[in-house]
Amino acid sequence: MAINVIKEKCKGCNLCLKACPFNAIDMVDKIAVINSSCTVCNLCIPACPFDAIEKDEVEEKEVDLSAYKDVWIFTEQREGKFINVALEILGEGYKLSREIGPYCKVCALLVGSEVEVLVDELFAYGADKVYVIDNPLLKNFTTDGYTKVMVEAITKYKPEIVLFGATHIGRDIAPRIAARLDTGLTADCTRLDISTANYINYLETNTTADISNLDKNSDDKNLKQTRPAFGGNLMATIVCTKKRPQMSTVRPGVMDKREKNTSLKGEKIVVECKLEANYIRTKIMEIVKAAKELVSLTDADIVVSGGRGLGDKAGFELITKLAEKVGGVVGASRASVDSGWIDHSHQVGQTGTTVKPKIYFACGISGAIQHLAGMQTSNIIIAINKDEEAPMMQLADYAICGDLFKIIPEIIEQWDKS
Amino acid sequence: MKIIVCVKQVPDTNEVRIDPVKGTLIRDGVPSILNHDDANALEEALKIKEAYPETHITVLTMGPPQAQDMLRECMAMGADDAVLLSDRALGGSDTWATSNALAAGVAKIGEFDIIFAGRQAIDGDTAQVGPQLAEKLGIPQVTYVKEFSIKGNEIIVKRALENGYERIQLRTPCLLTAIKELNSPRYMSVAGVYKACNTKIAVWNAEDIKVDQTKVGLEASPTNVYKSFTPKPKGKGVTIAGDSPKTVVENLMHALTAKHIV
Repeated sequence: MAINVIKEKCKGCNLCLKACPFNAIDMVDKIAVINSSCTVCNLCIPACPFDAIEKDEVEEKEVDLSAYKDVWIFTEQREGKFINVALEILGEGYKLSREIGPYCKVCALLVGSEVEVLVDELFAYGADKVYVIDNPLLKNFTTDGYTKVMVEAITKYKPEIVLFGATHIGRDIAPRIAARLDTGLTADCTRLDISTANYINYLETNTTADISNLDKNSDDKNLKQTRPAFGGNLMATIVCTKKRPQMSTVRPGVMDKREKNTSLKGEKIVVECKLEANYIRTKIMEIVKAAKELVSLTDADIVVSGGRGLGDKAGFELITKLAEKVGGVVGASRASVDSGWIDHSHQVGQTGTTVKPKIYFACGISGAIQHLAGMQTSNIIIAINKDEEAPMMQLADYAICGDLFKIIPEIIEQWDKS
Repeated sequence: MKIIVCVKQVPDTNEVRIDPVKGTLIRDGVPSILNHDDANALEEALKIKEAYPETHITVLTMGPPQAQDMLRECMAMGADDAVLLSDRALGGSDTWATSNALAAGVAKIGEFDIIFAGRQAIDGDTAQVGPQLAEKLGIPQVTYVKEFSIKGNEIIVKRALENGYERIQLRTPCLLTAIKELNSPRYMSVAGVYKACNTKIAVWNAEDIKVDQTKVGLEASPTNVYKSFTPKPKGKGVTIAGDSPKTVVENLMHALTAKHIV
């Protein structure tokens, strides 16, 4: 596939340049020229009033993908405990496997040392099968060790989909595995679909996408992997039609785990594992847990966030006071984190934490899209900003145009009265 | 010591807004910048060069010809030379195809001890190219590096975890991806700017790096964009006003109480 400009039709009006999010169009002698930054996102095609831009579809070569079946979930555990996203993607994998068809199973891939005791928990959360790779050398995560054993298992059993949590471990190992298998990987997905009908329904309800070329009765069983791109300015759905398995990392906190049912049982498969110590080229000297209390933004009912409008580091003292008063957690925009006013662990947004609190206070945050991407599903958004036109003020359920240094002390004063 | 730093020129997504009514991108005047994490990657290489002056730093990127501006910026910060992989045949590469091209570029550059890269680029946010390049080169990797030290060919790093860190030892050659906490990138120096303006940047095409052309570019990429779209703008909420901050907040509290929010 590629985007082509039909030179005879191009009038050099520049509208496509404005529509292109990737700076992939140059104007050369008043004719649009697509450069190498093009990702074939197709946004320039409807932007052209002269129908001068088209996409040429190349017939896909038939590849036999039928040998690949089942949905695999890397159920990441640390020190014998599953991290939340592992069970969330197991729930999502369950849903996808049922959309694919009755022959398709959702299988957990459990890697570690002495982890067999965890198998029943995976059945309780919906796994049809659990593949266990157990070896003392896998006690702690290492890129080399985990990549080797997981690639061997994937090569042997041939799943059609493999999902990872987008954790610091998942995002380290998934690209390494995908590269070794020479298959595609989509990062940090926030939505996954098999069923085209469900996908169309999602697009219709939540997006401005053109769905005219989609058929809800389509029997397409490719995994449609949707993720924010370009700092959250765009959403993109990515497919991997030519290679198997289809692999994704999935953002923590967006999928739903299944209700635990301890009466469920499934099939356990112990995977043969040959691993030698000298294969692992990194040596873990120690693992240190943060001494300070974790900022649990993800679980907070109320988040009080500050941004550039605070003016300086001291502004966060006021934010902290408000957070303490309302029983919330302090969040921050990337601009304020980049300015060094507050630690990155407080950052809400595309490159920080995604939050979905009952109440989100946005204080002096204009609302760069990358920030909105991480908080726009909050139940109630209260924005305080000097600029009435700021995007955050448009998004807010309650917008207060004014000086946050005057408004916030008043909220602190009046909160208990309500 | 020989260090390669992988960098990317990106649009400053902090500056991009969405038209809340039309749901379209407003990208007028959005500057192209050196990706933040990549600046941290380069800074760490420059710190090594300060400690070991015989160190040679090459910055490597893939992109359109305009990316030379960013490479000059890197040289003005202190990098010794720069390589741009630029070819229409490389365009539209996903992370797998990009890592194939970069691996071929690294092979042409020659021997190296360390490759530094940023953890992820702010336009794609995939964090995949670093590990995939390490895999294609067959070298060990550590991602999310927040502290670094080196003695001979032995490296000790701190790798950030969600709730702490791990201390990891490894040997060169290896690939490390940098996060913001690693350091504070320096500014360009006057002497550096002068040098950067007077040094030719190597621009290599697909043939120069002898890359297998069935493994790069849009066609070869295993992943493709199926659809791109913008989220539907949410309906506008209520503006809370009042004569004084006190009455404004009274009105807010009234609204919140009435809706049983608090």
